[in-house]
Amino acid sequence: MMATAMGFYKQAALTLAIWLPIVCGMVILGVGRRWPRSVRPLAAIGSATTFIATIPLWILFHASRSAMQFRETVAWIPAFHVNYALGVDGISLPLVLLTSLIGMIVVIAGWRVIKDRVPEYFAAFLIMEGLMIGVFCALDALLFYVFWEAMLIPMFLIIGIWGGPNRVYATIKFFLYTFLGSVLMLVALLYLYFQAGESFNILSYYHLHLGETAQILIFLAFLIAFAVKIPMWPVHTWLPDAHVEAPTGGSVVLAALMLKMGAYGFLRFSLPIVPLASHVLAGLMITLSLIAVVYIGLVALVQEDMKKLIAYSSIAHMGFVTLGIFLFNRFAMDGAIVQMISHGFVSAALFLCVGVLYDRVHSREISAYGGVVNRMPVFAAFMMLFAMANSGLPGTSGFVGEFLVILGAFKVNIWYAFLAATTLVSGAAYTLWMYKRVIFGPVTRPAVAALSDISMRETSFLLVLGMAVLVLGIWPFPLLHMMNATVHHLLWRPGVRLMAGAP
Amino acid sequence: MPEIIVLAMACAILLADLFFKRRFKSLMYWASQATLGMAAIAAVMHSSAHSRIVMHGMMIADRLSTVLEISIFALTAVVFVYSKTYIAERGIFKSEYFVLALLGVVGMCVMVSAAHFLSLYLGLELLSLCLYAMLALQRDSISATESAMKYFVLAALSSGLLLYGMSMLYGATGSLEISKVAAVLATLSRHNLVATLGLVFVLSGLAFKLGAVPFHMWIPDVYEGAPTAVTLYIGAAPKVAAFALFLRLLVAGLHGLSGSWQDMLVLLSVLSMALGNIVAIAQTNLKRMLAYSAISHMGFLLLGIVSARASGYADAMFYALVYAFMTLGAFGIIILMSRKGFEAEQLDDLRGLHQRSPWYAFMMLLFMFSMAGVPPTLGFYAKLAVIQAVVSAGFYGLAISAVLFSVIGAFYYLRVVKLMYFDQPQDSHALRGSRDLRWILSLNGVAMIVLVPWVGTFIAVCRATVRGLP
Repeated sequence: MMATAMGFYKQAALTLAIWLPIVCGMVILGVGRRWPRSVRPLAAIGSATTFIATIPLWILFHASRSAMQFRETVAWIPAFHVNYALGVDGISLPLVLLTSLIGMIVVIAGWRVIKDRVPEYFAAFLIMEGLMIGVFCALDALLFYVFWEAMLIPMFLIIGIWGGPNRVYATIKFFLYTFLGSVLMLVALLYLYFQAGESFNILSYYHLHLGETAQILIFLAFLIAFAVKIPMWPVHTWLPDAHVEAPTGGSVVLAALMLKMGAYGFLRFSLPIVPLASHVLAGLMITLSLIAVVYIGLVALVQEDMKKLIAYSSIAHMGFVTLGIFLFNRFAMDGAIVQMISHGFVSAALFLCVGVLYDRVHSREISAYGGVVNRMPVFAAFMMLFAMANSGLPGTSGFVGEFLVILGAFKVNIWYAFLAATTLVSGAAYTLWMYKRVIFGPVTRPAVAALSDISMRETSFLLVLGMAVLVLGIWPFPLLHMMNATVHHLLWRPGVRLMAGAP
Repeated sequence: MPEIIVLAMACAILLADLFFKRRFKSLMYWASQATLGMAAIAAVMHSSAHSRIVMHGMMIADRLSTVLEISIFALTAVVFVYSKTYIAERGIFKSEYFVLALLGVVGMCVMVSAAHFLSLYLGLELLSLCLYAMLALQRDSISATESAMKYFVLAALSSGLLLYGMSMLYGATGSLEISKVAAVLATLSRHNLVATLGLVFVLSGLAFKLGAVPFHMWIPDVYEGAPTAVTLYIGAAPKVAAFALFLRLLVAGLHGLSGSWQDMLVLLSVLSMALGNIVAIAQTNLKRMLAYSAISHMGFLLLGIVSARASGYADAMFYALVYAFMTLGAFGIIILMSRKGFEAEQLDDLRGLHQRSPWYAFMMLLFMFSMAGVPPTLGFYAKLAVIQAVVSAGFYGLAISAVLFSVIGAFYYLRVVKLMYFDQPQDSHALRGSRDLRWILSLNGVAMIVLVPWVGTFIAVCRATVRGLP
């Protein structure tokens, strides 16, 4: 009995994780107007069951294998040989778990705050959660593309309907930027489709032997799509706009999850499919990443708006991820993936902290605050933890990733390591300076004097994220173990190994 | 033959109208719908897997004609549902609307099943004559009569071009029967001047009917000027019929010259995508914007034909059908928002639609994202199919320009969504519309997303349909 249930789960786990939130979102859209009181409980049930449904993935996952697990394949469009093919490996599984966790937190975070068009809000988030899990699980290039693009629609509406004053500009910029980035990827995928003998199977692309020019062109097409999503300097300008105008939940999803999709794309597509081009252009990628780390770190220092500051800090941290990926060694690659997960927790937590303040004071300006600790001590303690994690303090998750990447950079070139390490200074500077100005000091503003400390609901999600940050910082072994075999396999793939040092 | 049923019923309705006008107001509406239903059944019963040339070489009955005829009946039936209330409120709920539309359907059926230049031309002219009259149905409206006049002059010119081209082809090959023309062309050298000249004229005429740049001038004026019920009719089924002309004439008839017409189609297609998408951005009138969007969509449709291979024709056919239903839906929303004495034609009329009616705003959102080609809507798979076709034929530059133009196009579709969802309504009238309009419109919208799992089936049907073509 147990065995059959487990067998059944293994065959349908990913489909369940993708479609459960989407169907739940559809149901909310359908019944939301008639029974407004049912919307929030339904959203909570939907996101919680999705989270619960993804936990067994972790338990049943064989970390020692590098092959795809929990695979499902059903023919979808036979004329184009498109399959509904899903599977996870050690790189995508942590991201799936992160998505389902953040999905649940976002629902709780929006519980009381959203008053306008409530059903649409929760439905959009649930549908987006399912689509994002789909991106991380898809093993068919076209299915991947469909999930990847479909996600733009709910995000477009989230920013445009519930966002700040300049939301229309921000959301249209966001949509067109990312849409432009992705369409060239579609052409590249179609090219690969014919090269692979009419197949959209991503895994079959790994065995293609493409010429150098073709590889470089494909790499560039992918680069535009992924670089816009991550975002890398110089195509990052949509992110601060979108973040500032998005509602809290939207910022959390953008920072914690959507940015990871670009980095995931490098790991799933660029590196294994066009290894030669990845090596040829690694210098370019490292340069762009270092510019993001150093320059954007300085830009973050002068921000007056808390959300903008965290948005720029996200770009700098994602620069670490791309740096780690393109150094082609074991430490850096591990560090990049840990950094992705860690940044998912930390940026989500910081945006939620700003959201907590914004709901009370309705301002994102740093200068509107000061002395918050006098009124909200518990909140100040939580925010302290996340600020420390954001600046990479040992013992928090932020440290593990940055440390590993810098270690990896040392093996390649000491100057890379030096430039990357400047983030330890600038990151600490902008985060802690903001923290100091917002939290410490005397209470000068009447709005701050009227603050009350965080509620049970707010404590709950900050506590979950705080524990995640600490656990990952002190004991990263489970995560490293989960991705060990996959990363090893990826780096030892013949083409990838070609020019890499010993991993 | 379904054509005969439609023709006979059109005459019967015209006669019946004389006698029963006062007593049964909606008689002609139901009779027209019944006609389309019967014709569709007849088309299914007459279908056969093998293609047959009938009526002394004038007509052909094959899978393509059957499938396209059924689609034309379905599209026209939806048009009747959408326009019923609209025309009644504007005093053109007359038998003429239905009879002309049905005669136009006969013309389209002849076009899709023509095996001879003459029958093809006859079908085309029958359709065009009906359209001239339908455009001018609202006699008091200056813009409607103006658009009818424009359409008449330009369409007559293009028919002339087509006819002239056909005469040249006759001169080069000695036959008017499409299969014989193809057989003779295969023996001629590729650089036969008369045949190539004939091809140029024929292609110009066809491009006019489809509305591809630079033969597109009539589209915006006609779309904008005509009563929305007539725009609806012009925008959907005739595009499918014009697409059939491309298959019958270029593919089946002039396949020997495929190298030449591929080059010309590349040009037409790029120009249509560029001009349609860029000029649409500047429009403030919703119908005019959809007209330019139609031009750009025709550019995309041509991509499938450019590939000059059977799978590409199937992809183009899929595109044509998906487009026809998307455009019906978008105009259906305009009709739903209009009421007696008020035409919801301006983009600003869409403001805040989400607050007025969340469901229909959602339907319009689906139509817009589908037209923009954003997954997971059907429009994406249609675009994917045609782009896949050009990539398979090795036209990488064309594929890249197509996707870039689709990004430009996304802007004005997004603007519609922005108006509906992010802005406040200026107009507080509730949306009214007959129950069948609301049901069919909802079905039409939901189909854009619910049918996605069956995309494979549709493309397989399209592939099977065009199998007989070279």
